[in-house]
Amino acid sequence: MQPFVSHTGIVSPLDRANVDTDQIIPKQFLKRIERTGFGQFLFFDWRFLADGTPNPEFELNRPVVAGSSVLLARRNFGCGSSREHAPWALADYGFKVVIAPTFADIFFNNCFQNGMLPIRLAEEDVDELFRRARVAEATGSPYRLRVDLPAGVVTDDAGFSRSFTVDPFRKRCLLEGLDDIGLSLQHTDEITAWEAANAAPAEG
Amino acid sequence: MPSTPRTLLDKIWDAHVVCTPSGELPILYIDRHLVHEVTSAQAFEGLRLAGRRVRRPEKTFATPDHNIPTTDRRLPIADPVSKQQIDTLRNNCSEFGVRLFDLGDADQGIVHVIGPELGITQPGMTIVCGDSHTATHGAMGALAFGIGTSEVEHVLATQTLRQAKPKSLELRVEGALHPGVTAKDLVLYLIGKLSTEGGTGHVIEYTGPCIRRLGMEERMTVCNMSIEAGARAGMIAPDQITFDYLRGRDYAPKDFDRAVAEWERLPGDPGAVFDRVEIFQGGDVVPQVTWGTNPAQVVGIDATVPDPTAFRDPNERDSGSRALDYMGLAGGTKIVDIPLDRVFIGSCTNSRIEDLRAAASVVRGYRVASTVHAMVVPGSGRVKRQAEQEGLDQVFRNAGFEWREAGCSMCLGMNPDTLEPGQRCASTSNRNFEGRQGKGGRTHLVSPAMAAAAAVTGHFTDIRHWLYR
Ligand code: SF4
Repeated sequence: MQPFVSHTGIVSPLDRANVDTDQIIPKQFLKRIERTGFGQFLFFDWRFLADGTPNPEFELNRPVVAGSSVLLARRNFGCGSSREHAPWALADYGFKVVIAPTFADIFFNNCFQNGMLPIRLAEEDVDELFRRARVAEATGSPYRLRVDLPAGVVTDDAGFSRSFTVDPFRKRCLLEGLDDIGLSLQHTDEITAWEAANAAPAEG
Repeated sequence: MPSTPRTLLDKIWDAHVVCTPSGELPILYIDRHLVHEVTSAQAFEGLRLAGRRVRRPEKTFATPDHNIPTTDRRLPIADPVSKQQIDTLRNNCSEFGVRLFDLGDADQGIVHVIGPELGITQPGMTIVCGDSHTATHGAMGALAFGIGTSEVEHVLATQTLRQAKPKSLELRVEGALHPGVTAKDLVLYLIGKLSTEGGTGHVIEYTGPCIRRLGMEERMTVCNMSIEAGARAGMIAPDQITFDYLRGRDYAPKDFDRAVAEWERLPGDPGAVFDRVEIFQGGDVVPQVTWGTNPAQVVGIDATVPDPTAFRDPNERDSGSRALDYMGLAGGTKIVDIPLDRVFIGSCTNSRIEDLRAAASVVRGYRVASTVHAMVVPGSGRVKRQAEQEGLDQVFRNAGFEWREAGCSMCLGMNPDTLEPGQRCASTSNRNFEGRQGKGGRTHLVSPAMAAAAAVTGHFTDIRHWLYR
């Protein structure tokens, strides 16, 4: 996994609550057996019109957010199915950070497994970020945020600064790009001992 | 004996923590790992690339369900990409020594239907699957939750998972359900009260007399939809109903009485404390119908479609308006006046034998409305055979329903069973997200009896006034 330390990028505001994983990556693209190449299908049904051309109404298709890498969303982002295809699609599209007031649990975990940082900020801070993005975009320039993982802060260059917390273990895995399977396999002896102690009568 | 009273969750959790390396998340042992074709290929590939094995193949069970046709099983799979995904599961299971309930196997079915049915799911176990409706298995008093593909790989390689302990939420339901009101209505009602994220970060334990009265399959319906309230897992303490259900099943413990003695110690101790408690009355629940594009957007059959502009929360207002737009509905419309094009009876929420019996009893002696295309997709090969023995397939066929082979089918429409754009469907599944059953399709979630009644009348109909023939 690629380590994640800090990141500065263009913000894509997606002003919707309860964005579910069926929207992030619709089911017709779940038949592939690879981990890569899902970015082209991200938000497919919102992003493209029936004839396959980009939907100019969809937030992410606006030229001002071209090349964005920080997704800004509303409550309960990533709800629904456990499909890791959702973070795969977001990461493959170019997102490194997702900021929202709340995330669905499985999606939240899945992000870390793919070197992508989900950040929870208070609802009023997220409101403020949406506001600042609108102001910047009104002048024709994209809104940028800087995320510093070791310090745990998100900043812009106009005085916005908020701290966020990440579980220390997840943080270390991101910073060092660690494979958590490798880490768990270091505890094989304990796992074996647990199995020996729990060879349950319930084993059929 | 520890003196602090513990909940069901505490007991299962404590019993499965292998160790907590300093500064790291606990390593939780996993008793059963269920695998299906859509979320496992990349995990097996990861093992292969790293030269790793499946640590405990005998605790791992696989079946293809999401992406399979539900038509004649003797025909080849037409879609080459779907076929490749199913072939990949086959190859992975044979390479890594995992038991596969393959297409054509008499016990194949939706992974959350066959787990309990075969007795693979047992009280006190930790159970995971790369699927968010793994919560279903919690109905047997297990801790069961969905995981992503990277976590699937972690479990395959180590038979454990890195997990922080979730918080506990007790949903106590007092009283009893009225006649005609089902477990599906209850869980939709609870989700409507909690919101789609009310359970985030929590494991729900459903308690109280109303829950105790539910049969095993009804409990599965309730736990199944815990994820729709944001909770990764839902559970119900095991009792005599659980033990009676399990006894004699293929994978049930050989020394069953000894196992029961263990399981009887699982229910929470008196005085055990939950992080949060919410109390509801079973008698308040009426048959439910969703009107929007998430399962919390739900009302009773006797209500009207709400007007989202009146909602106080700005997020709810916005998503409610978007939902009505997508659903092609106007606030103030009576639910019973909404006409339907399709009816789908199936999915891991409502495709078990009792669901089919309930739907068949409504349909018996009636015909599907001429404007409606209706289908029944049993949850497993076993359910299908049982239904056929009871003649339920004939009841459905005579009424004009299609009778299919087992699988997920139109619950998510990965296979050819999908809605056309603009089509409106009464569905017994669990998600009414935009495009869930087909791009542009409009899904209303209901119970099997309500779906059956809607198929006959062509619009939503209050099952409490149904004339059974
Ligand atoms: S029936 Fe639907 S919800 Fe259940 S496992 Fe299959 S696709 Fe998922």
